[in-house]
Amino acid sequence: MAQITLIEGVTLALARAMQEDPSVVVLGEDVGVNGGVFRATAGLQQTFGDERVIDTPLAEVMIAGVTVGMAAQGMKPVAEAQFCGFTMPMIDHLMCHAGRMRNRTRGRLSCPMVLRFPTGGGIHAPEHHSESPESLFAHMPGLRVVMPSSPSRAYGLLLAAIRDPDPVIFMEPKRIYRWQREEVIDDGEELPLDVCFTLRDGQDITLVTWGAMVKETLQAADQLEKQGVSVEVIDVATISPLDMDTIIESVERTGRCVIIQEAPKHCGLASEIAANLADAGIFNLLAPVKRVCGYDTVMPLYRNEMKYMPSVRRIVDAAQQVLEVS
Amino acid sequence: MARTVAAFKVDYFQFLGPDGKLVDSQHVPNLARDFERLSELYKLMVLTRTFDKKAVALQRTGKLGTYASSLGHEAAHVAIGASMRDEDCFAPMYREYGAQFYRGVKMSEVLLYWGGDERGNDFSGPRHDFAWCVPIATQCLHAAGAAMAYKLRGEERVAVSVVGDGGSSKGDFLEAINAASAWKLPLVLVIINNQWAISVPRSKQNSAATLAQKGIAGGLPSIQVDGNDLIACLWAMDKAVKAAREGKGAFVIEMMTYRLSDHTTADDARRYRPQDEVDAAWEKEPLTRLRKYLISQGAWDEEREAELVAECSEFVQEAANEYLDKVTNDPQPVTAMFDYMFAELPHDLAEQRAYAEQYPEDGGHH
Repeated sequence: MAQITLIEGVTLALARAMQEDPSVVVLGEDVGVNGGVFRATAGLQQTFGDERVIDTPLAEVMIAGVTVGMAAQGMKPVAEAQFCGFTMPMIDHLMCHAGRMRNRTRGRLSCPMVLRFPTGGGIHAPEHHSESPESLFAHMPGLRVVMPSSPSRAYGLLLAAIRDPDPVIFMEPKRIYRWQREEVIDDGEELPLDVCFTLRDGQDITLVTWGAMVKETLQAADQLEKQGVSVEVIDVATISPLDMDTIIESVERTGRCVIIQEAPKHCGLASEIAANLADAGIFNLLAPVKRVCGYDTVMPLYRNEMKYMPSVRRIVDAAQQVLEVS
Repeated sequence: MARTVAAFKVDYFQFLGPDGKLVDSQHVPNLARDFERLSELYKLMVLTRTFDKKAVALQRTGKLGTYASSLGHEAAHVAIGASMRDEDCFAPMYREYGAQFYRGVKMSEVLLYWGGDERGNDFSGPRHDFAWCVPIATQCLHAAGAAMAYKLRGEERVAVSVVGDGGSSKGDFLEAINAASAWKLPLVLVIINNQWAISVPRSKQNSAATLAQKGIAGGLPSIQVDGNDLIACLWAMDKAVKAAREGKGAFVIEMMTYRLSDHTTADDARRYRPQDEVDAAWEKEPLTRLRKYLISQGAWDEEREAELVAECSEFVQEAANEYLDKVTNDPQPVTAMFDYMFAELPHDLAEQRAYAEQYPEDGGHH
């Protein structure tokens, strides 16, 4: 059993999916010979050939549109965008076609594609490389939006995404691509989509997060535990459709909740979760729900990006404020 | 000292002139003598025009939503349909009814779609064809993707997509050309140049001499044909589809025609378009010239014409009745908007569906 990183979990899942299903093809800029700018597709072209791991011309709209067309005609294309910012030109095809294909044709055609790309800040990249646009995609009907936060979840969720009969936006938190190693068995077992994962159990407060912020949130939980606070940490994992049941069940027990996201605060997933908690569980809440988010600003260039992103201290402070309400 | 590293030309093909006579009878393709095929396609052109008139009438009487007319495009559209096999894939924009009727899409389905009912997209025709596409030129890339799928699977299938002169300004169209060129895809891209993108004339799309040359820039063989000449359109499509099927790669055909109607029933072209231009365009329209030609060749006559007109009228009325009956007596329930969002309805959508079922009445509307 191998100890692997999150990005190696991605590669392993791609290889497994390609092996088991000849209709799975990988396409994108530099995914072939070069194995992807982050090496997510490393070695795949050597194994599966250049008709299944396809280097495309540099044209994001084309990648999105061709992927939609292939998926609608029975292939299972897994497209890569090199960075989150480059998915913006693709939105037309995702929103107007991928997310609508099944509904528009009353099930006559579907769009079983995956678009995967590195997301989030923290690696000192140039502009348009570091945003967290998950809420943007989650607002589009018909798309699944998934973000793993560990090597095993990257492997299991990506396998599920590729096998899913509908379009999936698979966002990879690149800051934690190589943060941790984990034992992952390459047995083809997928993890369930549409459910949250509870990373640690606790009784006093629920911290809800996803993607790379899982790292800081777990560190904040450690600090709070040292102060005698019992912390439950939930990794949302599937951003859309959202599993509110797990979150509501937890907050009903703890009575307190802080939601942590790297994305801008306004109209983000944190707001959606908070609204749902108010809707479903306000009488169980012992304190207001707090959000710790990125700012509603343009993601700064790298000398300031770490200041933009929620820190452990911001998370701990928010939790303490929530805990102080009696 | 400069030297020429590339040069190009765009050939224009016309076989049947506006007067119904062959332009150069020595050099017309054999299909100009295939009166059986031409007569069949003429019938479909007349049927398409009859349908179009009915659809506009339904819209004007409040029985159909906004409708995009195909008036004047019949030769181009029917030729596209007739060049394809069932297993090929059509990625239309939104007014190529002649092509779709040939492929088996029902008239009542077209009416359902423009009548605001998603069941219209559940084609009886080739089930793998793409639905109508309102975003401009995105369908070119879906066709490229379809062609890519066929090529990767080693299937002898061709994808055909249509874009307008306005749509040829979009990146999607150019990116489809580029992809088709890079991967030698079995794809035929047809520019139906009807001279107007709503109110913007061809002269304001760009200053290129032809739109076909955009294909040449991307490395694809590209020609221009008289889009009101069924023989030229069919000859070009047959040739392009055959080449694509034989693995020779993609093709761009610019069909020169004219939008005799408004852009849609929500548009009033009189505000921006000179009437004398429209009058002149009527002199070149596709039905009259083909009828004249067929009559001159003894392949058609006034008696058959009268029969055809009566048949088309009856057929179209039946389709309209079928449509009106369906939306009146078998309307989509409120749950219809949920049931095809995903293969399996996610939990939160199932909750919304159950909620919506309690409120089947109409909300805000005019």
